Amino acid sequence: MRKIIEKFEVPYLQILNEQGIADEKLIPSLSPAIIKRMYELMILTRTFDDKAVKLQRQGRIGTFASVKGQEACQIPSAIQMQEHDMAFPAFREHGVFITRAMPLEKLFQYWAGDERGMDIPKNVNMFPVAITVGGHLPHAVGMAMSFKFYKKEGATLVYFGDGATSEGDFHEAMNFAGVFKAPTVFICQNNQYAISVPVKEQTAAQSLAQKAIAYGFEGIQVDGNDVFAVYSAVQDALKKARNGKGPTFIECFTYRMGDHTTSDDAKKYRSENEVKKWESKDPIERLKKYMVKKKMFSDSYEKEVAQKAEQLVQDAITKFESIQPIKPEEMFDYMYDKLTPDLKEERESVKGEVA
Amino acid sequence: MFLGYRRKIMPRLNMVEAINLALKQEMEKDKSIILIGEDVGEDGGVFRVTDGLAALYGNERVIDSPLAESGIVGTCIGMAAGGMKPVAEIQFEGFVFPAIDQLICHASRLRHRSRGRYTVPLVVRCPIGGGIRALEHHSESPETYFIHTPGIKVVMPSTPYDAKGLLISAMRDPNPVIFFEPKRVYRAIKEEVPEEEYMIPLGKAKIVKPGNDVTLITYGASLKISLEAVQHMSDIDVEVIDLRTLSPLDTETIISSVKKTGKVVIVQEAQRNNGFAAEIIARINEKALYSLESPIERVTGYDVVVPLPRHEDMYLVNQARIINAIEKVMKNAI
Repeated sequence: MRKIIEKFEVPYLQILNEQGIADEKLIPSLSPAIIKRMYELMILTRTFDDKAVKLQRQGRIGTFASVKGQEACQIPSAIQMQEHDMAFPAFREHGVFITRAMPLEKLFQYWAGDERGMDIPKNVNMFPVAITVGGHLPHAVGMAMSFKFYKKEGATLVYFGDGATSEGDFHEAMNFAGVFKAPTVFICQNNQYAISVPVKEQTAAQSLAQKAIAYGFEGIQVDGNDVFAVYSAVQDALKKARNGKGPTFIECFTYRMGDHTTSDDAKKYRSENEVKKWESKDPIERLKKYMVKKKMFSDSYEKEVAQKAEQLVQDAITKFESIQPIKPEEMFDYMYDKLTPDLKEERESVKGEVA
Repeated sequence: MFLGYRRKIMPRLNMVEAINLALKQEMEKDKSIILIGEDVGEDGGVFRVTDGLAALYGNERVIDSPLAESGIVGTCIGMAAGGMKPVAEIQFEGFVFPAIDQLICHASRLRHRSRGRYTVPLVVRCPIGGGIRALEHHSESPETYFIHTPGIKVVMPSTPYDAKGLLISAMRDPNPVIFFEPKRVYRAIKEEVPEEEYMIPLGKAKIVKPGNDVTLITYGASLKISLEAVQHMSDIDVEVIDLRTLSPLDTETIISSVKKTGKVVIVQEAQRNNGFAAEIIARINEKALYSLESPIERVTGYDVVVPLPRHEDMYLVNQARIINAIEKVMKNAI
């Protein structure tokens, strides 16, 4: 006997097209205030990002990973988080941090090579930046399992890129999430490149979204430069998670407009034409077009938002640049709950050894 | 030992039973403790260490996981940060390597990375060592990889009594602890283990047998062989130290013994090159070099792949090698 035992479909969602016209049947119900808030957070993220790249060029911060182009994957997802939800960033999630109200000076401080930047305030429910690719995915699933264990209503949102979907931890995390019905939303920002390697060399699958199917849950691909599509998919996924229906995988199809990091030169592996093509899909410009059409936008509003963002970023720079380095002996203080005898000895000795 | 009062009759348990008892009692007391691992549920684990616990505490607290070590440890990190106390079982030490990234890159660092906001009160239990006539990857001694990593603690009991007390301490410790269980000892020794809970502090070695001539430092399954070897040596008074916790190391107990005896033998089952004995020797050099009367001897595994059962005994540390080393440090003494 030979028969088909299962058939699968991989949905795709776009609500706001490149001309800024929204599909009225699909658009989530959002107040003008929330739409404006998303626009403002995207501008703030872009302003922070542009400034961080400049500061790196001037030697005022260290290596920095730009998020330019991916703002619509981050702001509309993070803005829906409730107090008890938890976000797990990779290393390009400045938009998530900013939306969750992380103080900007802390982000600058971290990217300037100071661990204390990841001393995340209690009201910002986020895990620290994860530099290893994919390693943080099981953490998000494990914490979601703890929410379930304690019968808390929270969900976890975990951010990562296309490259992470090749890592073993991606597959183990997805599998655990499926088996234990963990309330986790996997937000994969497919920005087309893992440093220089394009998606087609990362996987033979037609989409990344379809990988969820093998783990027994829903995967959807959305236009990652479309705030409304991302908002809507995340809204559905969070609703599912909160109702005990388990995980969802959302592939946000987007583009990294900048280099991988400030140490990278993307011109080596991608054409100017390709970059231009994606510039015309800029998520902020697209939302702006929509807002103009809906009369939520004016020149003075635009200017005001830009000026405010500029001011916030400038203030943050002033603040972080005035922070003094730690004393050498403070290196030892977060290894264990208490200093071990070895660390006590080393802590004492470093005082005389480092000026 | 005569204690001057009638001793309470204590059950005689082997290490498997002692660990099972520790898990059972702590789970009863602390509802945030869960067990997770391959076959730990109904089956009770391949060594039956978690036998009966799923029936007692249900599948929500004794969780059969998918067969994925990195996934087990990775999700445990998230659970621990979420307020739970996961006790993971890695089925064999040779299968810990898929999880080594989660242990080294995340479990050991999350406290530091988050400046203390998120901690990982996780215990990873894992059988270790050879001598049970098993397949490849079932007879390894990978403890040094973990000892080298700051931010985690590494424990290896050598007796049932210590196993219970150390595991209870590990479960109450706010830091990630790797708890290696020498599988050769699992059913080899029975001793009195108190029914009530007790803790043996992490980071404290034990002088198992006091002596004045030679300091023998060992841990895990090598303790039993060392004690048996020493028994045959009526003319040499050997002090035997069981490290019990490998990280953080109880340097003080080692150094004060070395200052007394001036002669040192270190016994470890693991391969020689860069093994834990090397670190112990370095510390003795730093803190007690002038007390040494002869070069330190280390009795270790060889720098080869642990042989399969037919040839395993050629590799494993034995009494004869230990006796030779002790005689050598005596003979070489200035």
